[in-house]
Amino acid sequence: MRFAPASPPHLRPATSVSRLMGEVLLALVPATAAYVWYFGPGLLLNMLIATTVAVAAESAVLALRGRPVGAPLSDLSVIVTAVLLAFALPPLTPWWVTATAAFFAVVFGKQLFGGIGYNPFNPAMVGYVVVLISFPAYLTQWLPPAGFDLAAVRPDLGATIYYTLSGQLPDGLSWDVIGGATPLDQVKTQLGLMRTVQEVRAQPLYGVFGAHGWEWVNNFIILGGLWLLYRKIIRWQIPLAVLLGLMLPATLFYLIGPGTYPPPTFHLFSGAAVLGAFFIATDPVSAATSDRGRLIFGAGIGLLTYVIRTWGGYPDGIAFAVLLMNMAVPAIDHYTIPRAYGHGHD
Amino acid sequence: MEPDRRLWRFHGGLHLPGHKRLSNVEPLDIVPVPARLIHPLGQHVGIPSEPVVEVGETVQRGQPLSRATGYICSPVHAGSSGTVVAIGPHPIPHPSGLDGDCIIIDTDGQDMPYEGYPPLTNYRTLNGPALRARVRECGIVGLGGAAFPTAVKLNAGAGLRLLILNGAECEPYISCDDSLMRHRAAEIIAGAQVLLHALEIRDCCIAIEEDKPEAFASLEAAVRRADDNRIEVVQVPAVYPEGGERQLIQVLTGEEVPAAGIPADIGILCQNVGTAAAVARAVLYGEPLISRVVTVTGHGVTRPRNLEVRLGTPLNKVIDHCGGYTDEARHLIMGGAMMGFALATDAVPVIKSTNCLLVGSDADIAPRQPASACIRCGECAQVCPAQLLPQQLYWHARADEFDKLDPYHLFGCIECGCCDVVCPSQIPLTQYFRYAKTEIWARERERRQSDHARERFETRNQRIERAESERQRRLEAKTRALKQTRSSAASKAVIDEVMARVRAKKAADERDAENGDGG
Ligand code: SF4
Ligand code: SF4
Repeated sequence: MRFAPASPPHLRPATSVSRLMGEVLLALVPATAAYVWYFGPGLLLNMLIATTVAVAAESAVLALRGRPVGAPLSDLSVIVTAVLLAFALPPLTPWWVTATAAFFAVVFGKQLFGGIGYNPFNPAMVGYVVVLISFPAYLTQWLPPAGFDLAAVRPDLGATIYYTLSGQLPDGLSWDVIGGATPLDQVKTQLGLMRTVQEVRAQPLYGVFGAHGWEWVNNFIILGGLWLLYRKIIRWQIPLAVLLGLMLPATLFYLIGPGTYPPPTFHLFSGAAVLGAFFIATDPVSAATSDRGRLIFGAGIGLLTYVIRTWGGYPDGIAFAVLLMNMAVPAIDHYTIPRAYGHGHD
Repeated sequence: MEPDRRLWRFHGGLHLPGHKRLSNVEPLDIVPVPARLIHPLGQHVGIPSEPVVEVGETVQRGQPLSRATGYICSPVHAGSSGTVVAIGPHPIPHPSGLDGDCIIIDTDGQDMPYEGYPPLTNYRTLNGPALRARVRECGIVGLGGAAFPTAVKLNAGAGLRLLILNGAECEPYISCDDSLMRHRAAEIIAGAQVLLHALEIRDCCIAIEEDKPEAFASLEAAVRRADDNRIEVVQVPAVYPEGGERQLIQVLTGEEVPAAGIPADIGILCQNVGTAAAVARAVLYGEPLISRVVTVTGHGVTRPRNLEVRLGTPLNKVIDHCGGYTDEARHLIMGGAMMGFALATDAVPVIKSTNCLLVGSDADIAPRQPASACIRCGECAQVCPAQLLPQQLYWHARADEFDKLDPYHLFGCIECGCCDVVCPSQIPLTQYFRYAKTEIWARERERRQSDHARERFETRNQRIERAESERQRRLEAKTRALKQTRSSAASKAVIDEVMARVRAKKAADERDAENGDGG
C-alpha cells in the first residue's frame, strides 16, 4: 500500500484570515447600531459606498496585476477597511468624498504595496487622511446626537441620500438647523475663543464623560473591542497602550490646568480614540509584531494623538498618529526582537 | 508526602486535542515475531554501525549484529533467532525516503536467547563506566524519538545534580509511554535507580502530564513499593510541546538550557521513561534493546492500540496485527501528529525511534489550505516555545536571505510546529524552517569543501614555488661551479653534460610537482 505524502505538523489551523476579519466586522455591529441610532442612517450609506468602491478597486488592481481575484477578496480585509473608513467619516458625507477615500485606501494604501500583508500603512487611515486634506470642509460637519434636543430638525433618510448624492442639503434644511461640529472640534474652537473647559462642557452637547451620543457609540465600540480580546482576535497590548498613551498626558495636563485642558475621560470618550485603540491601531499588518513592540507602538499613537489634538491643526489626531507610528514600525520591530530561549538575559 | 514541587512554565505552547483515548483504552498487546526481521544499521543519531555477522550465519535473539564504529554510534541486535539472509540496502523509515543498509534475518520460530550479556543484578557494586559500557553494548538509544545513544548522554561528567525522566508525552495521538508507565512502572523505577547509581546523583524527577492520571498513580505506587525517596513523580500541566527536553527542564526547574549548550551544562540529564526501562532490562536482565512499545493509532487502522513490537518487524505486520487498514487510511506517519514524518510505504521496519504509527484518515490529517500572505498577526511568536519570531524567520527564509536569519536564531527552532497550527494565513512555516536549515547546512558543507579545495590549491602553489626557488638555487650553484671549471679550462663536453643533467632534473621536478597535488 502506498501512502500520501505530508509534511509535519499534520494538524491544521482552526483559524483563517477571513474568520479574523469576519469577527472584526461582527464586533462592529453594536457600535454601528448605536451610531445609526444617534447620528442617523448616513453611516450605513457611507459603508455601502465605501465597500462598493473598495471591492471594485481591489478587484480591478488584482486583475491588472494578473492575480486571481476571488481568494484575496474572500479574506474580507477589504471590507474591514471600507467599514472602518465609513466609521471615520461624518454621517453626512458626499459620495465622492467617501469614494475617493475608499479608492485611495485600497489602491494607494494597500495594493500598490503588494496587497494584504505588505502594506506599511493602515489603509483606512491612508484613505481618511487623503480626504481630510483634500476636502477638509466636508469632514467637519457632523450631526449632533439624537435624543438631546440639540438641533431643530434632523435630516431623514431622504435628506441623507440627497446630501450624499449631491453634497447639498435639500431645500429647507441648512447646517445651521441640523448641524454641529464634532465635540473635539468644538472644544478646540471654543477654547480658542477663550472659554474654559468647564464652560464649554456645560453646553448641552456634553454628557457625563465625553459628549452625548458619542459616549454610547464608544461604549459599544469598547464592547466590540473586549469581544475581540476575548476571542483572541486582538491582543491587549496595543489598545491598552493607545489608551494609556492618550490618558496619561491628558491627566497630567488636566491636573496642571483644568481650565485649559479637557479631562482625560473626555479625550477617551470623544472622537475616534476608542475606535482607534481597538480597531484601527490593532490592524496587524501595519503594527509592530512583538509584545514589547506593540506597547511602544500603541503608546506612541496615544501620545501623538494627544499632541495633535491639543496643539496641532486638526481636531482629532488618531489618523495621523497611526500613520506616523506605522512609519516607525520597522525601527520598533528591529529594537524589540524578543530574547530567544537559551540566549541569556542580555 | 513532600510538598508539591514548584513548577514554572515555558513560553507559548498549545493545548491540542490529545486523541490519546483512541489508542490507550486497549491493554498493551504483543505482536508475534514475524517471519522476517529487517535491522537497519543506522537507526540512531550518529554514524551507522558496522555488521559483525555474515550472510548465512545463524543468530540468537539479542545477539549483536553490528558494532559501533565511533563514539556517537550504537550497535543493533537480532530481534529473534534465525538466519541472516541478506546484508544490503532495503527501504527504511526515514524522512528522505531513501534506502539504508540493513541486516535481514529469517526467523526460525525458536526465539532462542543469546547468552552473551550476563545480568548485572549486583549493579550497585559497579561504577559508572562499567554500567555505561553495558548500556552501550546493549544498543540503547533515546526512545522518545530522538534516538541519541544513551551511553554518550550518560557520560555527562561532573556537576550533574538532577535526572529527569520524561513521561510528559505531549504530542497528540501518541500513548506508548503512557502505556509503558501504566504497565511497566516497576521497570521504569528500576531504570531510574540504575541511572542514579551510574550518574552518582541523588535526585530524580519523573514528569507526567496531567492528562495521564493512571500512569501517574501507577508510577507513584511503584515508587512507594521501591521505597526510594530519591525519586519524585511530578504531574505537569498538559501543554504541547512540554515533552521537549528544553521545555520540560524549564517547567521543572525554571532554568533555560543555554542555546549552544546541552542540559548537562546546567547539571541536568533528561531521559525518556522508555529509555529508563530499557536501561533496567539491559543491566538487570542482560537484555539488549530488541523490542519497544509502539502506538498504532488513527482512523486508518481497524483496532488502534499499544503494542510491544520486536525491532525489525515490518510495519505491515504490525498493522495486520491491529486488524489491518480501514478504508479511510490515507497517510502513514511515523511519530505523532505534530512532528512525525510521512512514509510512502509500510514495507519498512519498526526501528528504535518508532514511538507511534499514525495511520491518518483525511479527518486526522486534513489537506493543507493554500497559503496566503503573512498578515503579521504575531500569533506564531505568541506560541513559539523557543521564543522566536517565526514570521521574521519565514520572511527571510522564503527570500533565501539566510544571512539575515542570524538575529532571529533559526537554529533555536525545535520544529515543534506550533506556529503552523495557529497561522491564520495557513503558511507552512515549519517546512520553511526545515528547508532553511538544510540549505544552510548544505552551504556550510560546500563552503568547507571549497575552503578545503582552496587550501589544497594554495599548498600546491607553495610547493611548486618552493621547488622552483630550490631549483633556481641549485642551478645558480651549478652555474657558479661551472664557471669555476670553465675557468680551469674544462672541456665543452663537460659543460654539456652538466647542463643536460640540470635539464633532466628540472623536468623530473616538474613531474613531481604535477603528480604531488593528488594527495
Ligand atoms: S501566524 Fe502566520 S500570519 Fe500571523 S504573523 Fe505568523 S506567519 Fe504571519
Ligand atoms: S516550529 Fe520552530 S518557530 Fe515554530 S513554534 Fe516551534 S520552535 Fe517556534
